Amino acid sequence: MELSGAEIFLECLKAEKVDTIFGYPGGAVLFLYDALEKAEKENTIRHILARHEQGAVHAAEGYAKSTDKPGVAIVTSGPGATNAVTGIADAYMDSVPLVVITGQVNRDLIGRDAFQEIDIVGITRPCVKHNFLVTKLEELAPTMKKAFYLATSGRPGPVLVDIPKDLTAEKMAKADFSYPETITIRSYDPTTKGHPKQIRAAAKLIAQAKKPIIYSGGGVILSRAAEELIAFSHELDCPVTNTLMGLGAYPAMDKQFIGMLGMHGTYEANMAMHGADVVIAIGARFDDRVTGKLSKFCPDAKFIHIDIDPSSISKNVSADIPIVGDVKAVLPRLLAEYCSLGETIDANALKQWWRQVDEWRGQDSLAYNQKDDEPIMAQYVIDTLWQLTEGDAYITSDVGQHQMWAAQYYKFNKPNRWINSGGLGTMGFGLPAAMGVQLAHPNETVACITGDGSIQMCIQELATCNQYQLPLNIINLNNGYLGMVRQWQEFFYDKRYAMSYMDALPDFVKLAEAYGHVGMKIERPCDVEGALKEALSMKDRLVFLDIITKPEGNVFPMIPAGAGQNEMKLK
Amino acid sequence: MKTIQRHTISILLENESGALSRVAGLFSARGYNIESVNVSMTNDPSLSRMTLVTCGDEQTIEQIIKQLNKLVDVVKLMDLAEHKHIERELMMVKIAAKNIEACAAIKRIADIFRARIIDIANKTYTIEVTGGQAKIEAFLEAMNDHGIQEVVRSGALGIVRGSATLKVDEKA
Repeated sequence: MELSGAEIFLECLKAEKVDTIFGYPGGAVLFLYDALEKAEKENTIRHILARHEQGAVHAAEGYAKSTDKPGVAIVTSGPGATNAVTGIADAYMDSVPLVVITGQVNRDLIGRDAFQEIDIVGITRPCVKHNFLVTKLEELAPTMKKAFYLATSGRPGPVLVDIPKDLTAEKMAKADFSYPETITIRSYDPTTKGHPKQIRAAAKLIAQAKKPIIYSGGGVILSRAAEELIAFSHELDCPVTNTLMGLGAYPAMDKQFIGMLGMHGTYEANMAMHGADVVIAIGARFDDRVTGKLSKFCPDAKFIHIDIDPSSISKNVSADIPIVGDVKAVLPRLLAEYCSLGETIDANALKQWWRQVDEWRGQDSLAYNQKDDEPIMAQYVIDTLWQLTEGDAYITSDVGQHQMWAAQYYKFNKPNRWINSGGLGTMGFGLPAAMGVQLAHPNETVACITGDGSIQMCIQELATCNQYQLPLNIINLNNGYLGMVRQWQEFFYDKRYAMSYMDALPDFVKLAEAYGHVGMKIERPCDVEGALKEALSMKDRLVFLDIITKPEGNVFPMIPAGAGQNEMKLK
Repeated sequence: MKTIQRHTISILLENESGALSRVAGLFSARGYNIESVNVSMTNDPSLSRMTLVTCGDEQTIEQIIKQLNKLVDVVKLMDLAEHKHIERELMMVKIAAKNIEACAAIKRIADIFRARIIDIANKTYTIEVTGGQAKIEAFLEAMNDHGIQEVVRSGALGIVRGSATLKVDEKA
């Protein structure tokens, strides 16, 4: 009995318990697709045919971000592979566990500018956790094992495996094949536990704090440590702020939660960071959208920084107490250490700190006023969506104003519900990501909050949604502008709106219908709630809501570039 | 004021295609300096040894080391600036030897630097010099008057003094 490379590939996927793979076929992956066809027949692995390789990779990201499994995508060589690069880079920036398989030309053609040949290993080197070109059939299975191990362990990330076509046709004796159960990579051994001495030092610093704050990020979600974060925060009883990527890790409805921080964070979150004396950064990376101008960032604070990636620590902001480790492992230890100290945060100081934070909260920086006779405000749409879904839907977004509004007004109480492109800021992410989420959670409500600019970047995926009957709710906040670009032009470029007006927009209702979906156009505030209810009630249809919103709405609060956290523009 | 310091970093790399490019790509992508880099195989065929000379302030060097460690192909590394160590560089230079006097002068300078003439041709001496960066540069300066035709340098190689070694731990 013999196995071909393609059959071995399939066995590897099965061994990794892959149930869904996103992709697009082409010449170099024909043998692999032949094997996938077999898997489809025996009902082991379902292949989802995207309409563009970028869509396939974003869908795999959505699948991974909303579950505890890695996303898997397969594309062909050359243009298939280069089209996947944006998705791979997106996954790299947001630490999404992904295994991407690319076809490659036959081994004897590599380097000869063969048809659809591209050095994808070279192209993706700066935006993958690691990548491989498989050159020998006996290396295929161990390489696949390494790819899944690397993608899902430590700080997760995308791993690319480039497989030449002739290798997928080559055969070896079945007896010689076995999928390794474990694998060790001598140069790779992520630290997870956290150093006890550092944990003790951190506990002591916390106990002496008068104005502590917890600043937690996407690392908490990746580490599945929401429960640990909640327990830790409740014990400290201090304010908690989340980054864009961390939303949902701490329940938005909890009284200690003071909202998202950063450029478009709440007034209270940014003021509290600015005023804090001890900042406990948990799985967050001090991104420039969070810190604003570094020299003005948290002037009085000492920093405790917990992160599994040592290179994230002291990269932008120097940590006073670095703790390298997995948040899920470190937090319970830190909590235990703190509780055993015999001293806790001074209750009076904490009370005063809360009085101050509550005063900032009183600003109500996210207040908005939707009037009946004025254009629809995006804030109102998202607020209504949040209420109608009781904060329990899976929300994906694209990039721009609608993304910030979604982050501000949809109050996430659970992790893995907020699926967006934070680091790379990839327009076009939302729709395909929502497909991945819906495929992973067929019975849940999935809404894609998007804009008239972003939605057109991967609009072709509406066909995929039709093929697989994905009942997404697409909420297109249509203001006729690239809204965030327009906002910056209004504030910083003397209202010269260079190329930010989206002229010649399609009729989105007809477009949705052309793809076999339900389309609705909403133009008055009084119709928003009804339309959302109707869309949400159609459990077996994709509904595309084209909501015509205020053309010149702006996202507030805002920390202008170069300003400090205490210098927010509130309107 | 941040003080910029020169650091020599020794790296054991997986001997795989692309490994060198991952290190070089890291430096260009993140805007770090490379003063010199040398890479070659070791007695263990699965490993290459790289000696990389870079410069930066303390924070930058810390990031460089963390980022290097993050590369899956980097097995182990050592910042030689933290240890007593020896650095050597090999240089080969072609120098114009116009006449008998020049030949004698070049030979004399070469002897002073314990350099070796490894090839001669009509009006050209090819000289090999080994030493630390300062010696190499002093030699070039001394030869400047004679018309340097071509210079090829290996970049620094470094090793720690004493019995300490940079090697992969054998796991039981």
